[in-house]
Amino acid sequence: MNARVDNCGYARQRAFCAALFLAALAQSACADEMPLPERRSGYDFMSRETRAMQDDDSANPGMLWVLDGEALWNTRAGAAERACADCHGDARAGMKGVAARYPAFDAARLRPINLEQRINFCRSERQRAAPFAFESKDLLALAAFVALQSRGLPIAVEIDERSRPFLQAGREAFGRRQGQLNLSCALCHDDNWDKRLAGNAITQAHPTGYPLYRLEWQGLGSLARRLRNCLAGTRTLGYAYGDAELVNLELFLMWRARGMQVDAPAVRP
Amino acid sequence: MARALINVPAAARRGDVIEIKALIAHEMETGFRRTQLGVLVPRDIITQFLCTYNGAEIFRAEFHPAIAANPFVAFSTIATESGAIVFKWTGDNGFSATESVAISVA
Repeated sequence: MNARVDNCGYARQRAFCAALFLAALAQSACADEMPLPERRSGYDFMSRETRAMQDDDSANPGMLWVLDGEALWNTRAGAAERACADCHGDARAGMKGVAARYPAFDAARLRPINLEQRINFCRSERQRAAPFAFESKDLLALAAFVALQSRGLPIAVEIDERSRPFLQAGREAFGRRQGQLNLSCALCHDDNWDKRLAGNAITQAHPTGYPLYRLEWQGLGSLARRLRNCLAGTRTLGYAYGDAELVNLELFLMWRARGMQVDAPAVRP
Repeated sequence: MARALINVPAAARRGDVIEIKALIAHEMETGFRRTQLGVLVPRDIITQFLCTYNGAEIFRAEFHPAIAANPFVAFSTIATESGAIVFKWTGDNGFSATESVAISVA
């Protein structure tokens, strides 16, 4: 009987300690985060020429995808014979600020989904058409067209009780050492963003302009593609397009960049 | 047809130097790359860009495999008269694209 009482007390004490420890951990995680005014978008790290390319819509190759996306927006597709515009109307009004809120929690799937997934779910459920392949020209074009409508608006992903665990998972992934080189995202993008890696600026990893035109890719790409690039650089395997882990990381990065201006479709070196 | 973005001032004064910018969507496949199975990807590039101002040639460029995808060309000319500035890209596999913009010169 005594032993049981002791055990109970011990368990309670242990739970209390654990709670204290978690609270301390949460606090330290917040304290480690970059103060909001000190954050810099990838744009700030670019050369004058690359900035000029992004700033001029007739020189920004991302706008070629936007033109394609606008055409797709108004094209009927699938068994439902419906275009995006038939439900959402003029994207300039209806899609304003939408990209700045993604990844967003999807109540039907009980997890956050990114903009490309949202477009594809809309496509398969409302248009009843075959979803686009990840990184396909059409999917990127629609995403770029939708993202353009949020240009200049602050990133504002919504975090509530349902999405908080996913944000936390993304935060942990950001800080977790992984891959053959045993590196975490934070080692570069929190601790060494003011330095260079093989001649290139490391940057703070704020995804303000996705999908963006990367000169290295000679094409448009999504944030997931960029993350997979980075992961391949640290020799980490196992993240496929659309993976929940990747979306969690996207969610954390967008939350980390909250309040920064969307500049999609951006140009990066 | 391939998508293109043209930037020409809509109006100019006679004798003004105007800047013309032309961007076109194209893969510009070099012909030097191989697939993962080692098969050579055939060359597919734009080979010529031609710009005419009311029928008169004002700019011409030959493109080669080292030109990046989605080639962007910027150049300047003197506004002489109102009319049309026509851009024409031609390339491998019968590629051809034409764009025309109007300019009014006072």
